[in-house]
This record gives sequence, structure tokens and C-alpha cells, in this order.
Amino acid sequence: MAKVDSLQGSLDLLVLKLLSRRPRLHGYAIMSAIRDASEEVLRVEEGSLYPALHRMEESGWIRAEWVSKENGRRARIYVLTAAGRKRLAAEESRWQAVTSAVNRVLRMA
Amino acid sequence: MSVLSRIANAFRGDRLSREIDEELQSHIEEGVEQGRDLDEVRRAFGPLARHREESRDVRLVVWLDSLRADLVFGWRQLAKKPTTSMAAVLSLALAMGACTSVFRLVDALLLRPLPVEHADRLYAMILRGTGPNGTLRDSDSNEYPQFLQMRAAVRDDAELIAVSWIDRADLTFASDAEMEKAYRQYVSGWMFKAFGLKPALGRVLTKGDDLKPKAKPYAVLSYDYWARRFGRDPKIIGRTFQMGNDLYEIVGVAPEGFTGTEPGIFTDIFLPTMMYEGITHNDWSWIRTFIQLKPGGGAERVRNRLQAIWNVVQGERAKSFTSWPPGRVKKYLEQRVVVEPAAAGLSYMREIYRVALAALAVIVALVLLIACANVANLLTAQAASRAREMALRVSIGAGKWRLIQLVLMESALLAIMATLAGGLFAWWSAPFIVARINPPDNPARLVLPTDWRVMAFAAALSISVTILFGLLPAFRASAVMPASALKGGDDPHSRRRLMHGLIAVQVAFCFVVSLAAGAFVSTLHRLSNQSTGFSSERLLTLETVAKRPQPTELWFQVADHLRALSGVESVAIAGWPLLSGNGSNGFVSINGAPPGPILAYFLNISPGWLETMKIPLLDGRDFRRSDLAPGAAIVNQAFAKEYFHGEDPVGRSFDSGKQRFQVVGLARDARYRNMREPITATAYIPLRYPPPETLGSATFLVRTASSNPFALAPMLRQEVSRARSEFRVSNVRTQLEINEAQTVRERLLATIALFFSGVAVLLAGIGLYGVLDYSVVQRRRELGIRIAVGAPAHDIARRVTVDIFAMVLLGTVVGGGAGLLLEPYVKSLLYEVKPSDLGVLTLPSLTILLATLLAALPAVIRAIRIDPVAMLREE
Repeated sequence: MAKVDSLQGSLDLLVLKLLSRRPRLHGYAIMSAIRDASEEVLRVEEGSLYPALHRMEESGWIRAEWVSKENGRRARIYVLTAAGRKRLAAEESRWQAVTSAVNRVLRMA
Repeated sequence: MSVLSRIANAFRGDRLSREIDEELQSHIEEGVEQGRDLDEVRRAFGPLARHREESRDVRLVVWLDSLRADLVFGWRQLAKKPTTSMAAVLSLALAMGACTSVFRLVDALLLRPLPVEHADRLYAMILRGTGPNGTLRDSDSNEYPQFLQMRAAVRDDAELIAVSWIDRADLTFASDAEMEKAYRQYVSGWMFKAFGLKPALGRVLTKGDDLKPKAKPYAVLSYDYWARRFGRDPKIIGRTFQMGNDLYEIVGVAPEGFTGTEPGIFTDIFLPTMMYEGITHNDWSWIRTFIQLKPGGGAERVRNRLQAIWNVVQGERAKSFTSWPPGRVKKYLEQRVVVEPAAAGLSYMREIYRVALAALAVIVALVLLIACANVANLLTAQAASRAREMALRVSIGAGKWRLIQLVLMESALLAIMATLAGGLFAWWSAPFIVARINPPDNPARLVLPTDWRVMAFAAALSISVTILFGLLPAFRASAVMPASALKGGDDPHSRRRLMHGLIAVQVAFCFVVSLAAGAFVSTLHRLSNQSTGFSSERLLTLETVAKRPQPTELWFQVADHLRALSGVESVAIAGWPLLSGNGSNGFVSINGAPPGPILAYFLNISPGWLETMKIPLLDGRDFRRSDLAPGAAIVNQAFAKEYFHGEDPVGRSFDSGKQRFQVVGLARDARYRNMREPITATAYIPLRYPPPETLGSATFLVRTASSNPFALAPMLRQEVSRARSEFRVSNVRTQLEINEAQTVRERLLATIALFFSGVAVLLAGIGLYGVLDYSVVQRRRELGIRIAVGAPAHDIARRVTVDIFAMVLLGTVVGGGAGLLLEPYVKSLLYEVKPSDLGVLTLPSLTILLATLLAALPAVIRAIRIDPVAMLREE
């Protein structure tokens, strides 16, 4: 199966879902987690992850803070906010509606 | 939160970029830690700079960020040339400050609504008729009995409010014997309620205070007076003061900010109209009528009712105008009642200063335009030197609007700095002008707050100024053609044409301002040097009041007492000083014929008055102490000419009203009421009336021996009261002071116009210098080659300056034309001066010519001194 490069609008959903299960992830960890959980099928383009994270942060769905790592450097980690939780629920139900609709079409065809 | 944080981020862009970089960097490091190859991680990640830009754009307000960047850039551009920038800011600040200052005055005097409820529904009753020469003549005075009828008739539509003129009255507070002056205004008791004015202390006047004549001697102080005179003493309620024959009790203090209904004067003491002696007279016009429309009340309906009552009342009254010429009575009855919006109150000062303020506004606006043209030229010249930079920006993809924004930001920075500095200037200069509006003993007072109106004006001014001088250079800069500019071949002529056009505009405006200044200065000069017909040197006037009216004989005794003092040359008494603005007039008829159409002035004088004033007696005799009014009269030459056809009037008689006078003397013409009118017929009549005569107030005229008459003032003031304890001097002025008060407005206008014409000439000169200098720098190559092939110096000078001189000439002609067009509007401010006079036109022309020569000189010298060899080597 070909690796899906573009997540076609579902990047927000995946990031929010991941952060709802495992809070306090930095960008690299989010990217790795998506890759691992999808068994290497879904791959986030590394560069486009950050504008998306910053957009969601400006929208108030996630919150960022700087933490120190053992090697003395800082990492920027993200946490889901209440607004993000609401957004996640909405996105999830939308996704379910879309996929089941797509499935129905596929079954008919 | 998001918008706020994005705005905040725009102002900490550098830190934001650092944070984003750090995060992206930590991503790459994380990858390496996970065992990936550094190069591989970097490749997978893509260009850092692009991701940073994307993230930045998400996290801040983009336009705000670019605005901030442009501001910083514009600031650096200005800071690079501190002298030029300072000059631009200062000239703009001066002009903008002056505009704001004039706006503050115009707003305070003409526009600002009174601080009362429903000011938008406030109207005034105006009586509109035609004057003797067919011009429109408004009056706003009314008689109280008629006012009461009118008030009852319009009850359903409106509330009428009567307010008296504001006058300076003498009063004494019970505790201290010293007499002092305060501005007094009689107002309808119900005014405070209608205006929604709540007392700051005690109570305000009410309807109940204003029902019966002399029933309620209550007074309300203005907040300003209470604070100034009594230091906000809360125990002021219940204190009394004596004014005239009445003892008043202070019952309260009006709210802060309410200074009466007449912009230009602050009322100190409000009294009920019923306390005024004219309240019952149907021929005393002493009140102004405010109309406060009720919701749904119709102004036109009110007007019709007022007119109907006026017609009936005045028609009845006119039957007694037997001493009037018939034509005059007819004109009187043809007057129309007009109901005009009066949200800003009614003001005498407004009538005097409306045109003067408009003239000032035009002058400062022109100066501002000159300053704007200067800065525009400066920026255009700078844009020329920055053409390459602009071309580079366009080449690497800067949009047209982005460039306009970049250049406009620089202009805006200039404008903002100028606004701030100009604000300081306006803050200082507006009160400075107000202090010079009236003579010092009767200062004008205007509320000059720095509120949203002034702020909005300054902001609007700042924006329009930015657009005025910034937009053209900005468009010019943005329209740059990269290819030609980078090659260094941008068309310099189009830019020069713009700059030359601006020079013509500047010169034209400069000419108008100088013309106005010249006209105002010669008006002042002519008025000040106008012969008065009497001698003002060493003459002191002591306006004196008696506690109760005293027999005239006692006044003569006080004059005798003063005459005996050392340092006193002569003493006389008159009803009031000449040229003080007071006056009394009447129609005159000869041999029982119908009265002529010309009013004659009357003045009561004591024997010796002519001598003290040094007005020569041409024929007949001076008054004696026994002469009575009516009875004897001394007339001036104008009187003899007007009523006796120039024949010797001595021995003849005339009637005024029901009084008959016999002319005993002929005096030389002297000015009575003002410096502008030609000297009119004047009759001097004796101070003394038939018994039981008394005199409540009069003026002692003292000619002193010392050249500084004021040195004697304190002593004379004491001596008057020492001679008779009932007498008090209420005001001491020198006659020269009174004469100068005649030209206060002219002096103010001349001073300000002269100052700004200096500023205008200076600015225009600087502009000329800048443009010439720029064009010499631009044409260095051409001029160098000309010099190299042997062009003589005068040819080079001609080539450099010919365009500019053509522009100056054009500007002068246009400015002169504009000046002539403006003449009718300022006619009322001028005296025996016309802008079209050759003499008035010469001065500005010469000034501008001189300024042009001075400004052109450095550039010409520079052009002639171009060393072709050095120039060509540089290239």
C-alpha cells in the first residue's frame, strides 16, 4: 500500500486526538506517534506540521509551553485545551459521518 | 486571546522568529537523537526559512508587522538626515499647531454647544431689519413686558428664557468695605431647570424667584467665581453683598462648566431678571430671548406667534415715536422676527471676531499648505536619491502598495511628530491669543478644553497633512521602472516639473498671506494714527460711582478738591470718557421741523471739560456751573454742518425729543465713540439737570503734570473718597489705554498676520533653496560640460534660475489675483486700505523678490563653481 503523504485535512483531527490521549508531546513526538500508530501508513510532512500546530495554537485549541530537556535544550510541548476538546469531538463526528458516507457509496458501487 | 496575542506578537517579531527557529531546530535535533542522519532530517524537513515565515504569518497580524517594520525603517531614514527632518517637523509643527490653535478658538467661540441639556433644541429670537444703507441688520434685544406676552403665547411649543447682557458691576461684600467688580447677568429663574443645571452647592434660582419685581434679592455664583474669589468656601451660602441699592443673599453655586450663555465672557453672578429695574418698562431693550423648543414643538409656528405679538406690541409703541423721522419708523416696523438655532449661545464677541477668526483660519491654513509643499518637495528630492533602492525592491517582488505604504509611513512619522510638537504650540498659543482679544481690564474668557473635538481635529489634520505631502512622492516612488532606474536613467524632468509646480503654489500662498499681513498692518497704522481731535497725553480717567446718587454740586466739589492737588493740571467731569464705547444719541429737529434722519451724539460735560480735553472752542462760550440740561448746548463742527448748513450755530436752538437746547458754543470736531466712523454730529450738554437732580456715576478727567499719569492713580483714587466718602472710583484708565482698546482686534490681527507672513516667507524661501539646490545637483553633468566648453557665469546663472523665476512670477500673479478675490470678505476688517492699492501690493512683491534672490544665491554660486574636471573625474 502506498504511503499517504498528504493527510487531506485530517491533520488537525489526528493531532487533537493524539494530544487527548497523550498530553505534553513536542512536534517530533507527534509526528512519530502518527507514523507509529498508523503503522507507517500516514506520514506527516515534517515542515507542514509546525504551521498547523501554530495555527491551532492561535485558534486556542492547543496550548504550548517550553520545557527543559535533559541535554539542557528547550522543547516546545503542546497540551489540549477545553476548546480543543470540543473541537476534537466535532471533528471526530464529522470524520465518522464522512467515512461512513464514503463507505456507503463504495458498497453500492 | 488570539487577536490580542497576534497584535502583541507583531510588536515582538524578533523574539517570535527566535522562538520559532528554536522549536524547528529542536525538531531536527530530536530526529538526530532518534538515530537519523542530520542531512537526511534536514532534507526531509525542507527550507527552515519558509516554515518560519509561514508560522510567523499564522502567529501575528501580518499588516501590523509590516507596518511596524516600515515605521522602524522610516525612522532610520529620518534619523539619517536629522537636520532636514527636524526642519520639516518644526515647520509642520508650527503650521499645524497654529491651525489647531485657531480651531480651538473657532470651536470655543462659534461652534461648541453650551453645556446644557437639549442644546440642540435651543434657538434664539433675532430681529432682522435693514440698516440705513440697505444692509441687513440683526438685533437680539427684547423688552421684558413683550417677552412675557410672547412666553405665554408659545407655551405649548416652547419655553422662553430671558437673559440680560453681561455687565461688569460694582459690588461690596458685607464684611469688607472695598468695592470690587464682577460680571453680572440677570436670568429667568426657570433657566436653570430648563437647562438641567444642578447646583454645585446650595440651590439654583427657580421660577419662584422670578415672579415679582424686587421680591427675591437672591444670587447664584458661577462655579468659576466661587472657586476664584472664595476658594470654594462651603460657608458662602447665606452671605450677602451690596450691589447698587440692593442687598443680595447668595443662595447657591451653579454647576462647574456653566459659564453663562455668552461665549467670550464668564458670568460671575446670576440674578433673577425681576431684580432689574427695567423689568416693567416696555421701552427698555435689555434682554436676549432664548427659545427652548419642547419635543414636537415647531420652530416656524413659534416664529409666527412671536411675529404676531411683536407686530401688535411694537405697532402700539411706535405711535409714541414722534421724535423719529417717519421713514425710520416705517423701517422699524418692517423688522422680521427670526428664530435661529443657538446651541452655542449668543455672543457679542462672536459678531466682532467671526470674520477676523475666519481670516486667521485662512492664513494659518495657507501657511500649513506652504509647509506641506516644502515637505513634499523634500521627500520628492529624497525619493530621487532613493530611486535605485526602490527599483531594487520592485525587482525582488515588492508590490506597488507595499512601496506606497513604505514611503507614506515616513510621511506619517513626520506628521505624527509634528502633531505632537504642534499640540504643545496650540496648547500655549490659544490662551495667548484669547488674552489679547480684549483690553486687559476687561479680559475675554473662553473655555478652551483639550477634549475629543480638538483631538479629532488634530488627528484629522495629521492624516490629511500626511496625504497632502506624502501621497505624491509615494506614488512617484512606487511607479519606479526598475530597468531604467537601475541604469541610472530615470527621467529627471517629470520630477522637476512637480517640484516647480509646488514652488509656484507656495509663492502664491505666500503672497496672499503677506498681502493680508500688509493690509492688516496698514489698517492698524492708519487707525492708530487717526487724529482724535483731543489730546490724550497725560490724561487719566476715573470712572466714579456714588453709593446713592448725589447732587451735581457735590460732584463739582470733588473735582475742585482734585484740582487743588499737586501734580494735577486740570480736572473736569463728563458722563463717560470719549472713545470708551459708551454713547447716547437722539434725533434732532430744527425750528419744530420733522427730525432729520441722522442721529446726533450727546454727552454731559462739566465746565472746563473742553479745556481739559484740549478741544478748542471755536465760537461762543464754555458752560457755567449754572447751565442746565436741557437748556444750553455746545455743538461740534459736524453738528453745525449737518443741522445748520454750516452757518454759525451760536445763538440758535434745536430740539431733541421733548427737550429744547440753545447753542452757546461751537467746538472743534473730536471723536466720540470710535476711530472708524467719520466724526458725526455731537452735542455737549451740561452735567446738571433741573432740581431735584442727582448723579449716580460719572467720570473725572484729570490732566496730570507728570508724563506718567498712572503714577498718580492710587493717590487720586483715595482723594476722591476722602473728598466725599459716598464716592468711589470704580475704574482708572489712561485715555491712551482707552484709545488703544479701540484697535485691539486690529492689533491682534496685524501681529498674528505679520508673524505668519514671516513664517510663510521663510518656508517658501527654504523651499526655493531646496529645489534650486536639488536641480543644480541633478544637472551637474550638463552644467559642467557647459562650463567646460566656455559658457560664461551669467549664462549658467540664468539657466539655473530661469525656471524658478518664471514659477515665482506665476505664483505672484496668481497670489495677487487670489488676494483681490478675497478682498470683499475681509473688507470689514480693513480701514482705508484696499488690497488692490499699489502700495499694499508692493510690499509682498518686494519681500518675495528679496526672498527669492536670497534663496537662489547659494545654488547659483554652487552652479558657477562647478569644476568640470573634478566633476568628470567623479563620473
